[in-house]
Amino acid sequence: MSKNLRINKNNFIDQTTRISFKFNGQKLFGYKGDTLASALLANNIHLVGRSFKYHRPRGIMTCGSEEPNAIVQIGNDPSLTDPNVRATEIELYEGLDASSQNCWPSVNFDIGGINNFLSPLLPAGFYYKTFMWPASFWEKYEYFIRHSAGLGKAPTKSDPDIYDHQYSHCDVLVVGGGISGIISAKLSAEKGLDTILIDDKSFLGGSTIYQENECYKINSINSNKWLANEIESLKNYPNLIIKNRTSLAAFHGYNYLLARESLTDHLSVNERKGKVRQRLWKIRAKKVIIASGSIERPLIFSNNDRPGIILSSSIKKYIDYYGVKTGENISLFTNNDSAYETAISLYKSGVKVNVIVDIRKNSESLIVKKALELGLKVLWESTVVDTQGYKRIKSFEVMKLSDDGNNVVGDRSKYNCDCLGISGGWTPMVHLFTQSGGKLKFRNDDNAFIPDENKTPSNQISVGSCNGEFKLNEIVVNTIENLKSFLSLSNSCYDEIKIICPDEKSKRNIWLLPSDKPIGKTKPFLDFQNDSTAKDVKLALREGFKSIEHVKRYTTTGMGTDQGKLSNMHALGIIADTTGTNMGELGTTTFRPPYTPLTFGAIVGRNVGEFFDHTRKTAIHNWHVKNKAEFENVGQWKRPWYFPKNGENMHQAVQRESKAARDSSGILDASTLGKIDIQGSDASEFLNRIYTNAWSKLEIGKCRYGLMLNEDGMVYDDGVTTRLGENHYIMTTTTGGAANVLSKLEDYLQTEWPELDVYLTTVTDQYSTISICGPNSKKILAKIVPGLDLSDNNFPHMSFKNTKISNVNCRIMRISFTGEHSYEINIQSNYAEDVWIKCMEAGKEFNLTPYGTETMHLLRAEKGFIITGQDTDGTLTPSDLQMDWIIGKKKFDFIGKRSLYRSDTIREDRKQLVGLLTEDPKEIFEEGAQLVENINKKPIEMLGHVTSSYFSPNLNKSIALAVVKSGKKLKGKKLIVPMENKNINVTITDTVFYDKENKRLNA
Amino acid sequence: MFIINCPYCGERDQTEFSCGGEAHIERPKQPTELSDDQWAEYLFMRKNIKGVQFERWNHAHGCRKWFNMVRDTSNDKIQAVYKMGEKPPIK
Ligand SMILES: [Zn+2]
Repeated sequence: MSKNLRINKNNFIDQTTRISFKFNGQKLFGYKGDTLASALLANNIHLVGRSFKYHRPRGIMTCGSEEPNAIVQIGNDPSLTDPNVRATEIELYEGLDASSQNCWPSVNFDIGGINNFLSPLLPAGFYYKTFMWPASFWEKYEYFIRHSAGLGKAPTKSDPDIYDHQYSHCDVLVVGGGISGIISAKLSAEKGLDTILIDDKSFLGGSTIYQENECYKINSINSNKWLANEIESLKNYPNLIIKNRTSLAAFHGYNYLLARESLTDHLSVNERKGKVRQRLWKIRAKKVIIASGSIERPLIFSNNDRPGIILSSSIKKYIDYYGVKTGENISLFTNNDSAYETAISLYKSGVKVNVIVDIRKNSESLIVKKALELGLKVLWESTVVDTQGYKRIKSFEVMKLSDDGNNVVGDRSKYNCDCLGISGGWTPMVHLFTQSGGKLKFRNDDNAFIPDENKTPSNQISVGSCNGEFKLNEIVVNTIENLKSFLSLSNSCYDEIKIICPDEKSKRNIWLLPSDKPIGKTKPFLDFQNDSTAKDVKLALREGFKSIEHVKRYTTTGMGTDQGKLSNMHALGIIADTTGTNMGELGTTTFRPPYTPLTFGAIVGRNVGEFFDHTRKTAIHNWHVKNKAEFENVGQWKRPWYFPKNGENMHQAVQRESKAARDSSGILDASTLGKIDIQGSDASEFLNRIYTNAWSKLEIGKCRYGLMLNEDGMVYDDGVTTRLGENHYIMTTTTGGAANVLSKLEDYLQTEWPELDVYLTTVTDQYSTISICGPNSKKILAKIVPGLDLSDNNFPHMSFKNTKISNVNCRIMRISFTGEHSYEINIQSNYAEDVWIKCMEAGKEFNLTPYGTETMHLLRAEKGFIITGQDTDGTLTPSDLQMDWIIGKKKFDFIGKRSLYRSDTIREDRKQLVGLLTEDPKEIFEEGAQLVENINKKPIEMLGHVTSSYFSPNLNKSIALAVVKSGKKLKGKKLIVPMENKNINVTITDTVFYDKENKRLNA
Repeated sequence: MFIINCPYCGERDQTEFSCGGEAHIERPKQPTELSDDQWAEYLFMRKNIKGVQFERWNHAHGCRKWFNMVRDTSNDKIQAVYKMGEKPPIK
């Protein structure tokens, strides 16, 4: 089986550097410059996988990114293995270990192959039709489908490779390094424009660079030599950047493009260490030149999918570029001239093509004449009707076409072969053009969709064969002419160019080639990766599907990882033929990015692990870490959650912290609360408009709690605002709401009330906040600021003082979120840790206990204080929260006021905040649990849910807050909280559980 | 992804901006005088059309200024940007 099909003359492959690799466990050799596909073909291996649905043996079919079959898994390391890699694109490296996908247990013996014999039972829409009933069977179906679908296996461990993102701005981006791309890059660079040329291959020159043929001459030398000189000359331009192995993934509006550069994928594993694997380029180009080329179409006839059936141009590339014969008995099947170029290339390398089957009546073109002069045998006006051979094509059968091409006539004649090249003409690669918003037009002459120059977004141009130009002279001359106007060039270095090339005159296209058998008895494959046939498309049309988008989804044509690069045109053609429509009117399916699959690594770049999101830490963070705090994420902030001591669990720590805060003293880092500095002569009026309560009469030096609504009347945020001066306030917001509140306030100021003289500045990071609470808080503060009169008279609840701690200015507010006598010290953040430590020292004799967010939540729940975002969810009005006292009813207006008496907001059966006490005081339920009245009446009516639930150590019982329909009227009512294994009986109560008279504030 | 010409900063990438929905919807001066329907019209009803649309945008990761923009939603062409309070330069 192992045969060497390498020829010895070759310019592109380094035959002195042998590379060993493995395929399906078998040790093989290739050369530097090979792709995995070319190395496999050199070893006479065509069979690389099984098809998706019928598990038919499939072989390498192309030499590029359009490859539908040769999709392999690279490596088996659980963190490095790479699925769904195209063997035609991956460059061979020492130690490459590839294996077939989609076959089990092996590519040569595949159990799913039984589907092939069942194929009459697997028509279009098979999955939709079969796996529908009964719903409870879905789990079983899913296992079966996943097992037999068997695409590549994802790595199971995290990816250790490094990926990068880079922004780039340029005057001109040229996509594609074929002949038109090279000419474009040179013209752009010659004009002095900052130019980037990208190409997905390791070499430049596209398909021209290995076109060693006297029929193609530019300035009297062979086109490949001429192009090699041009590529060499690009080195002279410092303003030109060339990026090889870089494939364009997406072309977005305003010339924003994403390209993936592969930096180490072609290196041996040892050479990769420490290097960036792939870089995602984010390119903003003033002008874009698309030179993405074209791909060859297959031909659609029965059993056109056997290993050994390869696109004709790919056979040419394998022999001319890689020096690999794709077989020893090759025949070709074509509808155009390009197969004859392949025949000539093969002849020069010592492979005489057995026969060329051509559906045309004849061709007068120079290239065909050359082929005939070499003695090649052509079967004109004929078609292949069938092929034989299971794991490799062995023979094919030919019949004569009728004059109109709709039928076959005469008898079958059989030809042996081990490789059949097929050529169905060329499809311009318009994916990037359409991604950018360009619209296509249909050219009847050669059945191609090409860019419509009148519907091309500005500052871009398509050149070369992606623009529908296929003849060498057209490609070169039109590229130069179009670029002269696109880049505003008066003349160019190519003005004297002379081109000789053959002219193809005879054209014939048949989307689905006729057979002597009814279509039901044939297997003409359209989409090789997804295993859909021309039969399936016709069936879909019979079943009533009309839109190409629907046919595509129903038959899965074009839905594979190749996005139907080979199949879309034929699917459209067959639909048009069957329904009697013009293809131009059918339109194409939508091409979506990425053009070729991207790795997740390239997409996320360095934004992994701790770089995934910003982490905000308070100025006192290090102290918390040293003192073994457990942290909780609050937005981007890391907040101490609780401070466990001596092996305490969370519950034990929180119970201790909560008790200490009320028995003596507690200390909390409240620095994450949002702080907005508000100044200006209209500051009071501004607060009047954004808060529900009145602000004008607040004395300087006093604090007030405010509730902020959305315009729809729902509670949005809350916090204490302090009047620092006549025209100066400082507002606190919730931790999570800080940024949004600032944006909202700015929005109103800039757009609705620009006449107000108000300035907003966020000072959240500039000031840290240390909160000390508890009956001993006053004594502790007295030790820290001995000069300050802390008497209730001088410094009452809801007031503030400017003072100094060790000569550093600070503001101390006497405000309380716990219901205890408490103070908040606001100080410049760089002094915060020192002051915190001072507080800890001063508080030692009073058992000053640091507590985290959990204890804070518990203490405020004992007092029935809400947390916006926990007890509220954007559907509760102040009245729903039983906070009618905070509505300034006499105020003319404030944000959300009008909404408070809409018919919906005044409903009495809205969900309203209430307290809950459990029958058994030890029973704690889960937050989010539902509240019901009657569990026997089905369906059970849900009356509300628990928003906050804790065990209170200070009350020695379970307490909770909940929202309940008509809750305000239900005080004393008994309800049920049904849990997984029991029902908990509860009573609706007041929301305040502890110190209802607020005596402790002044204790 | 657009390039937006902030009236205060000049051309910047779209990622620096956030969109604030339909422009030129003025908050009623006397909400209390409005019926539920009239208030609901202001509060909830917004256009979302294919074609030329007037939008509010904020240079959120830049100067933080709000401004107005005329954009054709069918092709994302930005036809004008202008400051808050200014009349739209096109109809
Ligand atoms: Zn700006």
